[in-house]
Parts: sequence; C-alpha cells; structure tokens
Amino acid sequence: MDRAIRVLVAKAGLDGHDRGAKVVARALRDAGMEVIYTGLRQSPEMIAEAAVQEDVDAVGLSLLSGAHMTIFPEVLRLLREKGGDDILLTGGGCIGDEDMVELREQGVGELFGPGASTREIVDYIRDEVGRRRQLQENS
Amino acid sequence: MLETHIDQTLTAFFAGDRRAAARLMTAVENGGPAAEAVLEALYPKLTGAPRLGVTGPPGVGKSTLVDALARHHRGLDRRVGVVAVDPTSPFTGGAVLGDRVRMNDLATDPGVFIRSMATRGSLGGLARTSKEVVDVLEAFGHDLLIIETVGVGQTEMDIAGTADTTVVVLSPESGDSIQAMKAGLMEAADVLVVNKADRPGADQMVRTLEADLHMRPAADWTPPVIRTVASSGDGLADLTAAVDAHHRYLTGSGDLERRRHARVRVEILAVLRDRLWRRAQRDLTDHVPGWTEKVLAGEATPYTAARAMLAALIDDDPEDDE
Amino acid sequence: MSDEQKTIGPLGHRPASDDPHVTVSGREIPLVAGPEDLKDHDHARDLGNPGEYPYTRGIHPDMYRGKPWTMRQFAGFGTAVQTNERYRFLLERGQTGLSVAFDLPTLMGRDSDDPWSLGEVGKCGVAISSLADMETLFDQIPLADVSTSMTINSPAAIIWAMYIVAAEKQGADIARLRGTLQNDILKEFMAQKEYIFPPEPSMKLVVDTIEFGTREMPKFNPISISGYHIREAGSTAVQELAFTLADGFAYVDAALAADLEVDEFAPRLSFFFNSHLDLFEEIAKFRAARRIWARHMRERYGAKNERSWLLRFHTQTAGCSLTAQQPLINIVRTAYEALAGVLGGTQSLHTNSMDEALALPSEEAVEVALRTQQILAHEIGVASTVDPLAGSYYVEKLTDDMEAGAEAYFARIEELGGVVPALEEGFFQREIADAAHWYQEALEREQRVVVGVNRYVDEGETQQIPILRIDKEIDANRRRELAELRTGRDQTAVDAALARVVRGARDGENLMPHFIDAVRTYATLGEIVEALKSVYGEYVEPIII
Repeated sequence: MDRAIRVLVAKAGLDGHDRGAKVVARALRDAGMEVIYTGLRQSPEMIAEAAVQEDVDAVGLSLLSGAHMTIFPEVLRLLREKGGDDILLTGGGCIGDEDMVELREQGVGELFGPGASTREIVDYIRDEVGRRRQLQENS
Repeated sequence: MLETHIDQTLTAFFAGDRRAAARLMTAVENGGPAAEAVLEALYPKLTGAPRLGVTGPPGVGKSTLVDALARHHRGLDRRVGVVAVDPTSPFTGGAVLGDRVRMNDLATDPGVFIRSMATRGSLGGLARTSKEVVDVLEAFGHDLLIIETVGVGQTEMDIAGTADTTVVVLSPESGDSIQAMKAGLMEAADVLVVNKADRPGADQMVRTLEADLHMRPAADWTPPVIRTVASSGDGLADLTAAVDAHHRYLTGSGDLERRRHARVRVEILAVLRDRLWRRAQRDLTDHVPGWTEKVLAGEATPYTAARAMLAALIDDDPEDDE
Repeated sequence: MSDEQKTIGPLGHRPASDDPHVTVSGREIPLVAGPEDLKDHDHARDLGNPGEYPYTRGIHPDMYRGKPWTMRQFAGFGTAVQTNERYRFLLERGQTGLSVAFDLPTLMGRDSDDPWSLGEVGKCGVAISSLADMETLFDQIPLADVSTSMTINSPAAIIWAMYIVAAEKQGADIARLRGTLQNDILKEFMAQKEYIFPPEPSMKLVVDTIEFGTREMPKFNPISISGYHIREAGSTAVQELAFTLADGFAYVDAALAADLEVDEFAPRLSFFFNSHLDLFEEIAKFRAARRIWARHMRERYGAKNERSWLLRFHTQTAGCSLTAQQPLINIVRTAYEALAGVLGGTQSLHTNSMDEALALPSEEAVEVALRTQQILAHEIGVASTVDPLAGSYYVEKLTDDMEAGAEAYFARIEELGGVVPALEEGFFQREIADAAHWYQEALEREQRVVVGVNRYVDEGETQQIPILRIDKEIDANRRRELAELRTGRDQTAVDAALARVVRGARDGENLMPHFIDAVRTYATLGEIVEALKSVYGEYVEPIII
C-alpha cells in the first residue's frame, strides 16, 4: 500500500533553536509526507505519547542543547513501553561521532549532524520506513 | 493491514490499548477493505456521544479554543477525543499538521486522544475519512468528540454534516477578509464565537454578526454570539453553556434525531457508492478502452457504453464482492 | 503555511538563476561597481567624518587608536566553580572583559533541579539557580573592575539582580559597574525562542531594567539589541539589520511610553550583530546600522544628546557558518568574519572556536580564537586606520542598499501595526523561515560552495579534535546543592519576598527592587519565575513552517 508516510517532528527539551527542525519539516512535506509538528519544548513523555496517538512511521527530534544522551534514550524507552517499538526514532543536532555510535547501539536510527542535506534525510526516512513497513507486512 | 493483524488490533482496542486505537485510525484513514472491516466491528460500540465541530478561518485561535474546551471537559472528568484536520498540499501531497502545538497541556493526559489528519485530496475542509476516525474515537469510549477544521466559507457544511453542534470561530482581525466567506460560515454556525475579544474591533464585529443574524429568517434556534479570549480562558464558560444549550435544544426539538437520521442515510449512500465504485473499478476498468474506441469510431455513445457496463456489473454475483 | 509566500521579502534578493555570484544572503554581486552606482550618494549627508553624524564611518574620530575593541569571549559551562576557573584562565591570557553564557535551564528560568532541566544542566553554559551560584561564579574576580556581559533574556532582570547583589557583597559601588545585559526579548520571539511570558509583560520587564539602569547604574548597558540570533536562525543580512533596528525602536517607544526622556536612556542602548561570511555585505551592514540609528534617533525621536545617536555594538562571528567537517578550517572562516567586524567598526568582538559545530569549545580552541583577534589588533594593520573602505563604489552602494532595504521593512512592520503585532501574527518568523529554506536549497543545488561539506570533501574523515565533555554527575550534584540551599535559608523571608514580587507584578510596579530583595533571601531563579508566571501566564507562538 502506497500510503503517506507520517513523521512527527519535535524540538525536544528546552532548546528553542528551530531553524533545522523547520527546514526539515518543510523538506519532508515537500517530499509528500505528512508532518506532525509539535513545536517547541517537548518532553520525552509528550513526544512518545504523540507518536503513538498519531501512529507515525517515524519520529524526528531536533536537539542542539547537548542533552541528546538523556533525551534520545528516554524517548526510545517510552516508545517501547507504549508499544511503539516499530516507530523509527531519528533526528539531528550537534551530536559527536562517539555519541551517535552509542545511541545507534541502543536502537536509535541514523542521526544527522550539521551539514547534512535535507535530501539525505528525506531519502533515509523514506527507505527506512519502507523497509520497516515491508517487515511488518511479512510478519 | 492484514486480516490477522486487524483481529489482534481490534481485541487490543476493546481492551483499551491506545496504540491499537491509533492503528485502527490509520487503517480507517487509508480506506479499502480493512477500513470497512474495522468500522463494521466498531459500529455496535458507537455511543452517540456529542460531536462538536469547530471551524473558522486560519489564525483565529481555533486550536487554542479547542484546547480550552477540552480542558474544561476534562475538569468534569469527561474523556475527550479530538480530530484536527489541516489541508494537504495539492502540489506535493504532503502536509504540515500543527494543531497539537496549542494543545500541549493535554499531550500527556490519558483522558485525551488527539489525532491530526491531512485532507488528502478531499475538497472540503474535512478529510474524506474524518467522520470514520471520529467513529473510532467514539467507540474507544470518549464522552465528547471535537473536530477542528479550517473553514473559509465553502466547506463548513461538511463539518455541519458530521457534528451535532458547529461552532464557527472568528477574530477581530478576520474583519474585512471574511466578508466573502461570511454567508457560508453563518449558515453552518450553531454557535458563533468572536475570539481574541480583548483586541480592538471586537465590539464592532459582535454587533455586525448580531445584525446579520437578525436578517436571517426566523428559526427555532438563533446562534448566540459569544466573546472569548481563549488564551486567558475568558468567555469559555459562556461558550460551553451555549454549546450545552444547543445540545438541549437539539434533543428537545427532535432535531438531533433528524440530524442523525440524515447522517445515517448519507452514510449508507456513501458506503454504497464506495462499494459500487470499487467494484466498477475492479471489474470494468478493462472494458473502458474497448468502449472508448467504439465511441470514437461512432459505433456507440458514452451513454450506451455506461448502460452496457452497468448491466454487466449488476449481473455479477454479489457474493464475490470482496 | 508558506506556499503562497514565494519571495524572501521586500529585499530578500532571491536570485532568479543559479548564478554563483550572490552573497550568502542571496544578493547578486556586480562584476564591477562604479560612479554610476553612487549618483544619489552625498558624501556630506551620507558619510561625514568618523565620529560625526550620521556616524557611517564610525562612532569615534580616532577609532581603535583611541580605544581598541574589547576582546570578549563568550564562555560558560558546567558549574559556577568550573566557569569561574575558565574566566580566570581567559583574564590571565589578556582577555579584557567577561561574557557569561548560561545553560538552557537558566535561560528558561528553571532551576537545575527542575524536571525539565534533566540532561541540560551546564551543557550550553553555566548553571545559575541562586545568588549563591552567582557569588561562586565571580569569586576572586573584582566586578568593580571587569566589565561583564550577560547573555540572558526572559529572566534577565532576575539574573541582573543576582549580579548586582553579588557585586555589592564584594564591596563594589553599583553605580560604577560596567557591562551589558542582553535582555532583548523581541528577538527571542522572532528567532531564538527562549521566551517565557507573553510579549506585553516581557516588554514591561525590559522597561523596568532600562528605568532602573538609568537611575542607579548609569555605566551599565541594560539591553543589547541583538541581530545575532535572527541571523543564526537563517535570516538574510538585510533582515538581520532591519529586524534588529525595528526592535531597537520598539524599546525606545516602550521606554518613552513609560515616561522616560529619550536622552536619559538612549545613550545606554547597545547592539549586537552577527558577522557572517560575506565580507563586504557585512561591513556595509554595520555602516548602515550606525547611519540608520543616528538618523532615526535624531530626526524621528528628537534626541538632543549626541550619545543617543550612537549605535555601539558587539559582534560575534557566525556560528552557523562553522562546519562539523574539517573543523580546523573554521579558524580561517572565523578570521575573515572577525575582519569584517573590525572593518565595520565594532566596539567588542567574540570570535568563535573551531569546534563549536560539534560541542562547547575546548580550552585550546578558545585560545586560538582569542589569538585570532590579537593578530587582527596587532599584526595586520587594520586597526590603525579608520573605516578604510569608505569611498569604495561597491561598499558605499551596498551600504545605501542596506539602508533602503531596512527602511522598506520598517514600512511593512508599521503596516502590520508594529513589532509586537507583527510577531504575534508570525511575520518575522515567516520571513526568516523562508530565507533559511532558500539558503538550504542553494546549498543542496550546490549554488553555494561550502568547503569540506559540498565540495573538497575529505572522505573518511573522523573527528580528531578534543571535545569538552560535561561530567555526567552534574545533574545529581546540582540537585543536592539546591536541596541544601533550600533547607539552609530563611524560608519565611523567601516566601514574603516572593509574595512582594507577585503583588508588584500585579500592580505594575518596577520589579527590579523586588527582585533584588528576593534574590538576597536566596529565593531561586525558578521560584521567582514561577511567581511571575502566576501573574503573567506563558506564551505559545504561532506555528510558521
């Protein structure tokens, strides 16, 4: 089924720098996706609950404050607790290589640093969601 | 969604699982046989809970008002389901759905479920399946359903056909720009709200609306004009009182019965149309090129072609419909 | 949303083609400029001499020979103890002023032990929750002698109160304290989004600080009207210039409405701009800013005091121009951006560190950044002559264009009813988002080259430079410290002081004296902000994608 991909885009934590989140939200919309934009200052609980209610395929978090090692794992834990284990958790911000590796090991998807192109992000979400939907259909 | 998944998901849904409810909404939204199976299973669980439509031009504060209304009803321990509809871009098929932003206080309330929908090519302010998604929320046990859409004067009757009570929201800034859409908005309204009533121009707007209402032919229900400042909560008590009064009027006058009667009728026709169309697509699409050639060659008209194909369709065994 | 919005605004200069000869703001660059570009230009009217109206050429006749710019590196991380050490390191190496970076919880008016602070404490700056932290931050640093800039906005008045009491406790005469409070809430609503209260009470707090500063602390700049963050959010150079100055006028209007005399407070208004990659465009922006401000202050507001006409500004090089790839080359970018700031006549300068696209700067990176400024000041000769680009056809034309572009925006903002209604309606946010979107597209089409990112990419690059890490125990440690603070203070005094804050806010009094009383009792930042929220409420912005 070629249904629209739904993505939740959120600014996690107290950080208000939303340039990246907005540029990405626009790019995802322009690529034909339905973007649920929750705006600023979202707690992990708010993000996970919204992801479940909206039945999104992916959650994209933008986070420039350095709190990524706290917030990503917490969102992941809550998504799993709420039965959203199949939802892709991805995102971007000022995240060093070492932290990216650690978060990926915990189950977070690809993370995009400064300089990533929106095309890379769109392609990644489309491919990864497609792969996961295929798995779901075959299970 | 595969059928085995549907059964499992329905079981979880009836046990109160929110994730399952969300998945059923997706199935319903995506349409097709899965959607019908889901809706059929849910139909007996529909409770007749009140449905409130909130519509109006962009930027008047609809989401803030919905947030405030939902919080009011939460205070009375009612469970509230919200469907917020935003337009799909006709160019890309994508959409940005931003209504949750103003409902942050409700984001983690277990008595509230908010679902954002894109119109996905539907011409009205509603998505084609908004009503069905509301059905899922109703069957999930919500005591009040709120449907929020952008209304610009042409599409409000859609929401009026789905909701028991339609609240049309305007703000002083809408001023001149709403002249063109006013007729449509006024026709749909059971309750009129002037939000941001603390801003200049609010009094003028209320007076104009009241004057316009007096011009309407006499009716049993005259929409009240309520002033609110949703961000501070001013006027909310008046609004909920007006909505309750309208609900009492609907039940007392038998209008609610009539509206719901009409709604069921529309629903049956819609299901019928949907099924017929699906079947026509399945069975007849292959015949269209042949008939096209014949019409072009002057051997048939579009009308004889349609009559012949329809006859073939009705002769088919209805049992192999799915 | 913005489907219908196809341009970047009146002077966005969105290029029609994929012409590579455009500035970082999308303005087309002429092959050569000549006398015909300056036919409307009048030397006496538009330039004048350095130190003379309209100050296009600079605010002092002798510029940096008379007074070198202040080298002010923005710094702060972790706890007050750690940041205090960093400050002393910088002062020992020749830095001439302090600039405090606060962590996000502090910027948002939350204590380190607030649940929302988890994971954010000490990450982007220093955590300050009470007067006790402020005393530690400036331990052994004589506040009477060191000018101190504080980058804080929504809760600025409260943090300023803590600074004032900390200085008093050191024995300083507060009337002699020098420094700058950022305190620019309007650009928060437009760009950086670190707001708490709605625009109206937020403006009231700003006016309170201006009024208090005018009366009690005449050497302190109570506000630094900032374009930096507007630019970082993706605006063009013209937008940065126009929106910043529009904010400046809005503060002037607010202060006048509070019955202050323009010449009483205007001399203490200061500015803060971004210095981006496009050398000439940036220089023109700084020159135009001075001219516009002088003209408006004299002609529109009727200011008589020459000091009211002067636009004094701090510059920071563009953080958003730094790349995570090949971080060492950021030193070169920063040096050119700093050069633009100096050629544009800045009063103080922060040079970014090479590793800032990755994390907070390490000590080594900070030192290189400071040395970059010292080379500019002492080795390459640019500090010895005033406004050396004056008379350049291209730079003068750009300066005139910048002014015209800003005036076009002022007219548009006026039509929308002023700065506050325009931001409540999302005007600035939409303009900035559109410009950011255009820039991203230009990058992806490779119309703009970014070395190391979309050209000259170093395949297989791995991060080599050392990165400053904040210890993971900071959250727990801070919670313990605050618990001790709360049990050790006189709670009755705290409650009484907070009640006075609430009453003062309700009655519309100047809150500075109430804040000073409250912080003296060791009431925390979070407690005072909560008290204000109970009166003012919280702001939710319109959604502009």
